[in-house]
Amino acid sequence: MTSDPHIDRAAPVAPPADHGAGRLTLLQRIAKLRAWLFLGALLLFFEGWARIVYGGTFLGNTYNLQSIAIFAVARLLLATGQTFVIISGGIDLSLGFIMGLAAVVAAHVVVWANPLMPAPVAVLVGFLAGVLIACIPGAVNGFLVAYLKVPPFIGTLGMFGVARGVAFLLAGGTTVPVSNPVLSALGNSRLFGSIPWTVIIAAVFILLMHYVLSQTRFGQHNYAIGANPQAARRAGIDIRKHLFRLYVLSGACAGLAGVLYTAQFSAGAAQAGEPLLLDSVAAVVIGGASLFGGSGTILGTVAGAFVIAVIQYGLVFVDVKPFWQFISVGVVIIISVLIDQAQRSFSGGRQSE
Amino acid sequence: MNDLSGTPTAPLLEIRHLSKSFGAVQALKEVSMTIRAGEVVALAGDNGAGKTTLIKAVSGVYAPSGGEILLDGQPVRFASPQEARDRGIETIYQDLALADNLTIGGNIFLGREPMRKALGFLPVLDRRRMAEAARETMARLDFHVSRMDAPVSNFSGGQRQAVAIGRAVYWNARVLIMDEPTAALGVPEQRKVIALIHQLKAQGRGVIFISHNLQDIFAVADRIIVLRRGVEAGERRISETSHEEVVRLMVGG
Ligand SMILES: Nc1ncnc2c1ncn2[C@@H]1O[C@H](COP(=O)(O)OP(=O)(O)OP(=O)(O)O)[C@@H](O)[C@H]1O
Ligand SMILES: [Mg+2]
Repeated sequence: MTSDPHIDRAAPVAPPADHGAGRLTLLQRIAKLRAWLFLGALLLFFEGWARIVYGGTFLGNTYNLQSIAIFAVARLLLATGQTFVIISGGIDLSLGFIMGLAAVVAAHVVVWANPLMPAPVAVLVGFLAGVLIACIPGAVNGFLVAYLKVPPFIGTLGMFGVARGVAFLLAGGTTVPVSNPVLSALGNSRLFGSIPWTVIIAAVFILLMHYVLSQTRFGQHNYAIGANPQAARRAGIDIRKHLFRLYVLSGACAGLAGVLYTAQFSAGAAQAGEPLLLDSVAAVVIGGASLFGGSGTILGTVAGAFVIAVIQYGLVFVDVKPFWQFISVGVVIIISVLIDQAQRSFSGGRQSE
Repeated sequence: MNDLSGTPTAPLLEIRHLSKSFGAVQALKEVSMTIRAGEVVALAGDNGAGKTTLIKAVSGVYAPSGGEILLDGQPVRFASPQEARDRGIETIYQDLALADNLTIGGNIFLGREPMRKALGFLPVLDRRRMAEAARETMARLDFHVSRMDAPVSNFSGGQRQAVAIGRAVYWNARVLIMDEPTAALGVPEQRKVIALIHQLKAQGRGVIFISHNLQDIFAVADRIIVLRRGVEAGERRISETSHEEVVRLMVGG
């Protein structure tokens, strides 16, 4: 082909060499791993504090680790759903109250089922009911966003209100206590005496979601839609169907968080997830996702959620006023976003106009 | 997949008396053209001459108001760009084509990702196959890329254009249509795209490209069709015409 005289005339400067594009710069690497770097720094800090101030250990104490893990479960699950939604270019503001709704429904159903069936079956039925109920507001979100073209921020804000109201109505304005031995065992006992069951359930689910996002067509299309919906549509991807499923999935994540809450506390509460919504967004952002969509990973989000959990637990551990939590998490979010922007503008990598 | 060239005389795509009006505006009046395998046809004309309208009518974006399109001698009607693409007519869009955050392979296979079984049972994306196919396809376009796992946002405009073309080539596009493929690019990148068009020609594909740049047109096209206010102002072999003549056709007179 190089014998074609036109090519020599048209492109004398382009030898068929390596075009060199596609190497990750140092800054890009740091940006990619920033949540893990934050986490490492935090753990080092608290470990140092424990040794110097208390003459003990932070990380060596399994009680601390268990507490952080238990504390992180609901945040991790909400943030997992949020990761999918944010990568697609959306956001789900209703997750916190979907979680509360699921917690209340699961509690009610277990209470109802207790006299009718063996304890483990009652728990199973309650869990299924909680997760399935959570899929309903997820489906409504999906329908609004995918088919009625309502902006995700608005559609899920509406659902935030609806799920909140319904959850409080169902709970009768209070918490719904459950007494079921299997449920409390699930919430409080530990595998090998050390790993809480709720943590194991969450971990298995999150691993599954990591697989879905990173290894399946659904995950791949989610990234493509977040980056360039026209390209995705042109490639034959059914964007509406995808978005619908996406919001159902994120509702289900919140549902699982809700039923595990009911197990942990042997009670359902409408406000179970109220403070966790913003934490879920923060975890995703700290974990490396862009709120503009198109980027993010489950593993990054896991690190992001643990950054928040470690800050919140660790500051109690070092015994400062709890308000420092808000400041610290806020600072981490801002630094995280700054790293991301620096990486975008300084990394030699070109962005299309 | 390599040999798409049939007899050099058999037209791949034929457009006969194609018209298109938007309400009272007749953007295209009875324009005819032919593309053979391995042939590059340039569309030129002043702003608003109807070039984009013509290729949109050919690629299934607009339904023509009159005339017919023949593919391999058979009359066809495309209700959507998807239908045109399924029949091997691929349009390369400047911005809409790629998902920036995916790899070259991810873009080539977008919507048609190959899967494999991990551990014998778990279906997972076959990234290696995507990367290998991408490397091979890009090499055929004379683009040699070191890292197949980098997102295409790391690439330059011309390289991204090459990825979009690579995608079409991989899926066996027989006619590639490009609307001002070099317009947004720097000079070295423009040359690269022109070289790409030469590759497509050598592979026996038909290329229609719109350009305002006569230098590009004379570097790569076999024929040029000049439109003026929706009508065909003239058709010339590149070897038998000059810049001056083409400009005269464009402005009229
Ligand atoms: N969707 C549309 N609705 C109404 N009129 C249109 C539409 N698209 C094009 N036109 C008109 O048709 C005529 C031809 O437009 P077209 O975009 O095909 O020109 P062009 O040759 O591609 O010009 P340029 O070099 O500026 O891209 C113009 O008068 C334009 O205003
Ligand atoms: Mg045009």
